[in-house]
Amino acid sequence: MAYSYQLKRVDFIFKNENNWEKVLATTIKKKPEEIINELISSELKGRGGAGFPTGLKWKLTAEAKAKNKYVICNADEGEPGTFKDREILSRVPYKVLTAMAVCGYVTGAKEGYIYLRGEYKFLEEELNKAIEEFHYYCQETNLDFKVKIFMGSGAYICGEETALMESMEGRRGEPRNKPPFPTQAGYMDGPTVINNVETLVHTFTIFEYGAKKFYDLGVQYSRGTKLFSVSGDTPKPGIYELELGMSLQDFVYEFGDGDTKAVQVGGASGFLVPRKKFNDTAIGYQGKLVGISLPTGGSMMLFNSSRSMFNVLDNYLEFFREESCGQCTPCRVGCQQLLLGIKAVKRGEKPASYLEKLLRLTETMQYTAKCGLGQSVANSFSSIVENFREEMIY
Amino acid sequence: MAKNINITINGYPVDVKKGKTILEAAEEQGVRIPTLCYHKDLCVAGNCRVCVVEVVGQKRLSAACATPCEDGMEILTNSLKVRNSRKHIIELLLSEHNADCTKCYRNGSCELQELASEYKIMTQDFLELAPMKNYTIDMFSPSIMKDDSKCIRCQRCVRTCSELQGVNALTVAYKGDKMKIATFFEKPMNDVVCTNCGQCVNHCPTGALVEKNYIEEVWEAIADPTKHVVVQTAPAVRVGLGEELGMKPGERVTGKMAAALKRLGFNSVLDTDFTADLTIVEEGNELLTRLKKALVDKDPDVKLPMATSCSPGWIKYIEHLYPEYLDNLSTCKSPQQMFGALAKTYYAKARNLDPENIVSVSIMPCTAKKFEANRPEMHDSGYRDVDYVLTTRELAILIKQAGLDFEKLAPAKFDRLMGESTGAGVIFGATGGVMEAALRTAYELVTGRDVPFDNLNIMPVRGLEGVRKATIKIEKPLKEWSFLDGVELKCAVAHGLVNAKKVMDAVKAGEADFHFIEIMACPGGCLGGGGQPIPTNPEIRRKRTEAIYAEDGDLPLRKSHENPEIQKLYKDFLIEPLGEKSHHLLHTKYTKRKHY
Repeated sequence: MAYSYQLKRVDFIFKNENNWEKVLATTIKKKPEEIINELISSELKGRGGAGFPTGLKWKLTAEAKAKNKYVICNADEGEPGTFKDREILSRVPYKVLTAMAVCGYVTGAKEGYIYLRGEYKFLEEELNKAIEEFHYYCQETNLDFKVKIFMGSGAYICGEETALMESMEGRRGEPRNKPPFPTQAGYMDGPTVINNVETLVHTFTIFEYGAKKFYDLGVQYSRGTKLFSVSGDTPKPGIYELELGMSLQDFVYEFGDGDTKAVQVGGASGFLVPRKKFNDTAIGYQGKLVGISLPTGGSMMLFNSSRSMFNVLDNYLEFFREESCGQCTPCRVGCQQLLLGIKAVKRGEKPASYLEKLLRLTETMQYTAKCGLGQSVANSFSSIVENFREEMIY
Repeated sequence: MAKNINITINGYPVDVKKGKTILEAAEEQGVRIPTLCYHKDLCVAGNCRVCVVEVVGQKRLSAACATPCEDGMEILTNSLKVRNSRKHIIELLLSEHNADCTKCYRNGSCELQELASEYKIMTQDFLELAPMKNYTIDMFSPSIMKDDSKCIRCQRCVRTCSELQGVNALTVAYKGDKMKIATFFEKPMNDVVCTNCGQCVNHCPTGALVEKNYIEEVWEAIADPTKHVVVQTAPAVRVGLGEELGMKPGERVTGKMAAALKRLGFNSVLDTDFTADLTIVEEGNELLTRLKKALVDKDPDVKLPMATSCSPGWIKYIEHLYPEYLDNLSTCKSPQQMFGALAKTYYAKARNLDPENIVSVSIMPCTAKKFEANRPEMHDSGYRDVDYVLTTRELAILIKQAGLDFEKLAPAKFDRLMGESTGAGVIFGATGGVMEAALRTAYELVTGRDVPFDNLNIMPVRGLEGVRKATIKIEKPLKEWSFLDGVELKCAVAHGLVNAKKVMDAVKAGEADFHFIEIMACPGGCLGGGGQPIPTNPEIRRKRTEAIYAEDGDLPLRKSHENPEIQKLYKDFLIEPLGEKSHHLLHTKYTKRKHY
């Protein structure tokens, strides 16, 4: 069988950051519009998973008129199977801080926050040292920008941007209604740029090498590189920076153990792709390149034939039943129904046709949940039940 | 002026003001979109998702309550996608809800039940979740019962307690499937900072929060031939009761209510308005005495501003949160408790009854009154002064159970003794009413003349603004009050505890030099009380307010001290305001409470 190896490894993100002072100094010599245009032309999209164009986000916030604006680095990395932001913050923190400062310069924000996941408490001390040194540099160069760490407390939902802001404001972490979007009224009602840790580091890459270099990587609609957290049944788990747009088949050639049955792309809130669809699936943002294109926050979990898909799904749903904030009906009750529903089918207490009723419920959850989490909870359910129906029943 | 934008609702073009939500735009067009977590008193939560609608071109549905209209939007409120989703959501809510409807206090008046009926949810395919959770019912409070198994997590109570009352007795605890509405550390309702105001009950769409009802106890008392059952009715009940019995908001049903109470079998149908008048005479004199002590005697122990004490929710609030100001409260009992104390003393003597055999029932727009009647100090007659407190809603239940066609009843009058009242007593039911009634009496006491307002209507203290301030200059007083000549009497009125907080914080910060403040725990005053018909919202409160003032305007006597029964009460029994008997029966003291 012809075997064409197409995975392209790249090394931008973890390349040393010794030049951050220079990158910062040269970048903020440019006009804000120039920087925004550069970001827009790079076609960088948010790496948290939702894929909103980063340049546009910065532009909207820059254009909003308000006294206080904010930059928030979302480091509430809670998606099961993701562990890239932790590495970034411990290995190249200055890249993140530089990107935040540039964002502050572009948008007019004077305050930046790193919302650090509760479980990453151990990173706080080192990170604070970096911030201290960074502040020293800012002071020396008359750059009016300060960064603070805000410790989360371990709720998955606080990774949702508006729940994160609620949490920062001292309230219960529950997603807000949108509109208004954070770029209009975010933290403390001020226009706010909230970016994933990785997104910020990519902006650093763009500032360092220019938009074209970034744009030339990846494929149409999915430009640049992405960090992948590879786990599960693989001989080489770890973090890899790869070009976007690869086919899942190529990915499995590289990382699989030869017996890969399915890959969960995007963590618990992502999709499960069975072996027969590896060839038709590309990793990237929605586009019309090959078959389905799956966006991801970077979590790639491989399962081999020894795994029961029922158990996998059961595990995800347990997670969501507990981690839904509980605010809106479709997510709170829907998660309970999905979890208890598959158990009831497995035990024979409900007929197999009950799965169809639950699949219809996942549609409602997608259409009606208040936030991105609630809307995507059902992804794993529908993709697993549709592809491994027999494992759910017998 | 806001610009208009063009949208379509279900294919029909509509012109709406920019900034309106889809829900509001649809309502204007006569298209009702069902809601649960939405309430006109509260900020938009958008969490029940029942109001989802389809915006053509968008894959996801939008919550109509939380989505502003945008130019060119094509909105479908009843497409198949909307219907299916909405039905799913109702089914989900039902699956988590203890849907044992026939055993529920809100059976027939539950918003979830109504929706289930509207959407004809005939089967329950989803698994029933309620039995899997170990719910208990909190019945510790004398006012409010909390049954988590019926809670649909709409958070209306949470928003009510925080936005309207600033009390935060109820908050959200836990997450996911365990998410629930809880008190501080899940302590029982009687052991937390709760004012018993019952606004949460009034805003709850289901039976999760209900008043503790005493319907059977009252029926038993009525049926007991050895008991003489007296009933008193608060001012605000007469402008709300009709709503529970099929009438429109703002209908005055004083006469019908008295007629109904007689038919229910109460031995004597009397009026809290009578003791409202009495409160004014006592409280007015108390205010003037305090002013004299403060201004003439320079007594440092006299506390100003003096605050009204009619609202038991407010009393408990200040006891918890501003205990250092308890001496500022008027020592007057509320009209309900004055009535109770007199019913088993003055009334018993006059009617030659053994107070032991008197059962004293009150009909109140309030749930905190249940707590108040239960306070240990409220036994000054030698017995429990008020035995049972029923809300307006409970009275409506009695009337329905008795099979009375309320609308057809011929109006009747209150019985005597203690049934006569003036317009000043009636307006106790509205925010600013106690202030107005007190000023009508106090001003006349001091100057010998009517208050200098057209037709006795002191408009500056009326209205539905959260905090209102007024100043009345005293000119040419009678000789014994000459020290008040030229004094500007500064008054403040607040309703809703969130506004009470504003006034108290100003007092605390030394930014306010009021002499007299009136505070009512509930928005709109008693007419918006926690025991009033559900729903209560800004529009309905406005109509009830109009009715209260209309009632006042129509009464021949409009000043408390002119009430002939009050004059007789002093002549025959109390001797003088603030006298020894008054002190014993009509005044009380307050308790400092913890504030976590």
